Amino acid sequence: MNSQILWFATRGAGIVSLLLFTAVVVLGVMTSVRWQARQWPRFLTAEVHRSIALLSVVFLAIHIVTAVVDPYASLGWISAIVPFASSYRPLWLGLGVVSVDLLAAVIVTSLLRVRVGRRAWRAVHWTAYASWPLALAHGIGTGSDASAAWMIGIDAACIFAVVTAVTWRLLAGRPSADLPAVVAAIGRGSSREPGALR
Amino acid sequence: MTATPTLTRLLAGPPSKAGAEHLEAHRARLGKLPPAGDRREIIPILEASGLLGRGGAAFPVGRKWRVVAERSQGDAVVVVNGAEGEPRSAKDRVLMVSRPHLVLDGALVAADAVGATEIVLYVGIEHRDAHRVINRALGEREPELRGRVRLVAAPVGYVAGEATAVVHFLNTGDARPTFLEQRPHEAGVGGRPTLVQNVESLAYAALIARHGDAWYRSAGRGQTRGTALVTVSGAVPRPGVREIEYGMTIGEIATLAGITGRDASAVLVGGYFGGWATLDEVLERPLDPADRAPDRLGFGCGVVSFAGPDTCGVRATAEIMTFMAGESAAQCGPCVFGLAAIAEATRRLANGAAADDDLERIDRWAGQVQGRGACHHPDGAIGLLRSARAVFADEFARHQARGRCSVAHAAVA
Amino acid sequence: MVDVLRLDPIRCDGYGMCAELLPELITPDDWGYPVIAPGPIPDRLLDHARRAVDVCPVLALRLRRAPAARRPAPVSTPAGASGR
Repeated sequence: MNSQILWFATRGAGIVSLLLFTAVVVLGVMTSVRWQARQWPRFLTAEVHRSIALLSVVFLAIHIVTAVVDPYASLGWISAIVPFASSYRPLWLGLGVVSVDLLAAVIVTSLLRVRVGRRAWRAVHWTAYASWPLALAHGIGTGSDASAAWMIGIDAACIFAVVTAVTWRLLAGRPSADLPAVVAAIGRGSSREPGALR
Repeated sequence: MTATPTLTRLLAGPPSKAGAEHLEAHRARLGKLPPAGDRREIIPILEASGLLGRGGAAFPVGRKWRVVAERSQGDAVVVVNGAEGEPRSAKDRVLMVSRPHLVLDGALVAADAVGATEIVLYVGIEHRDAHRVINRALGEREPELRGRVRLVAAPVGYVAGEATAVVHFLNTGDARPTFLEQRPHEAGVGGRPTLVQNVESLAYAALIARHGDAWYRSAGRGQTRGTALVTVSGAVPRPGVREIEYGMTIGEIATLAGITGRDASAVLVGGYFGGWATLDEVLERPLDPADRAPDRLGFGCGVVSFAGPDTCGVRATAEIMTFMAGESAAQCGPCVFGLAAIAEATRRLANGAAADDDLERIDRWAGQVQGRGACHHPDGAIGLLRSARAVFADEFARHQARGRCSVAHAAVA
Repeated sequence: MVDVLRLDPIRCDGYGMCAELLPELITPDDWGYPVIAPGPIPDRLLDHARRAVDVCPVLALRLRRAPAARRPAPVSTPAGASGR
């Protein structure tokens, strides 16, 4: 395939992946803080989060495959899986590889949720918060369009979206009810053994 | 009403004031247990005896052992449940403190019957005398025990004695009930078939092992055969733990405890998992797990607690509901929020500060809480609440109307 | 054999998505936790039920096969706190 076309495909798919990944992170936060609106029930947020996540995998796959088969970039398959193994900008490319490796774990544990168990699933899922900035850094470090005004604009918008979402998540505190605290508050008021019957 | 002398079996022998019965005295009085080989044959005898569990659920003991024995491959575990988290019950600790060897006998019989190589004594950490006595008793019997037995301190808490909570604690140190597909008799401690049995149940099993099922069935006045321990408390001159025949009436118990005339107006039967009744209406009611009267009195863990005429039923309910809400394992939303809301509302009612719809909301919440927890803790609390609503109906109505309580009492905290 | 819904009340965290997707059988209580109508799931609602099970973020809801003509569960003789 024409190297030029592959190169455009890599860049295009990479940018779309970043946009979709950003949307996934934002939707993930909205799921956990239980956001809802009159015409937008909670289940919709959860389902769209999953759908876009799977869609972003498709574009990520295109981005990686076109980069690896592109003869001009001279990347082997190894450098797509093992971080910092490429000859081309090993650091910046490597960050992208780490990001993908983490993402792979998130996707696999999510597809196998029932078997993996809640605690393990949660721990792996949280690495998405690390995976996203790595993907962003990878784009800025390796991307040939990184210095273009429109690309800077896209990067800025994505950063704004994720920072807002993460702030929202932190401010929401513990979205799930703190059951032990509710019970402990009662405990403090009552005696261990209610007064003897008079 | 004349007092009927109670039949003593567990409590036969020296009075409990005399302290723990040592091994020699125990053997002198009762003889040795049948040899280990014979003990494996005990399950059909237990089934024939009709012995029911004494932890509150009254599940047939023989059937329980059979179910564990069937799954055991010689690796089962016997857990002796002496947690006794019910505040008004004292029978288990009295039994452990005065007849430790009877309890140990029962544990050994159970271990041989179900094919267990491990026995765990799960005794409430707050029952210090019981710990001391059991430790000494274990020392006395060490050669026979061959390192199979260990004494574990159960955490304080109402739900810590629930079977899945017991197993969960022994496996992970967390004494909260669980909601697993597999029950303890299938996969319990260490994933092995586990028998969780109350201390009193095991003590009776130890006697049946010596004397047989016909002997056991020779006591009892009604459908349920045998004797059982009850804890009598409240507005009574002579509170304490007693052994009674099943079928003894509540009126007879009241007399035994020294109640005369108008001393008491209401009675709580079965503990916080049981229910209230107006004393006059249940004087002739036999204490028998098989007695399934529609107002659900039951036998529970043998608590019989009398309330004097100067007890405000609403206040007592508020205190108990607050206690039960505070004892939630805090794992299930409906239990935590439901019991908390009910506790707050009953406190407001007790203090004469009810909101207009408090009583109505309490009743609605009761329906939303029942059956929606992982364990039966909320069910017990709601059962008690409903019986209080019926027995103390007038009091509740008066308190909802923010009228003066018929009994002068201080505010509930 | 019929399909029934089974809720793990310990895992349930009151997200309420199941009630949104299956309002015919699931209603939220005063605190947002799902009250599930007992009994077999009608055939016409099975797909909705599967979707509700799938969406739960904490996997608290499950679909189980149960024998059809079931004896109603015994009225809970609650486990005594003293243990059994």
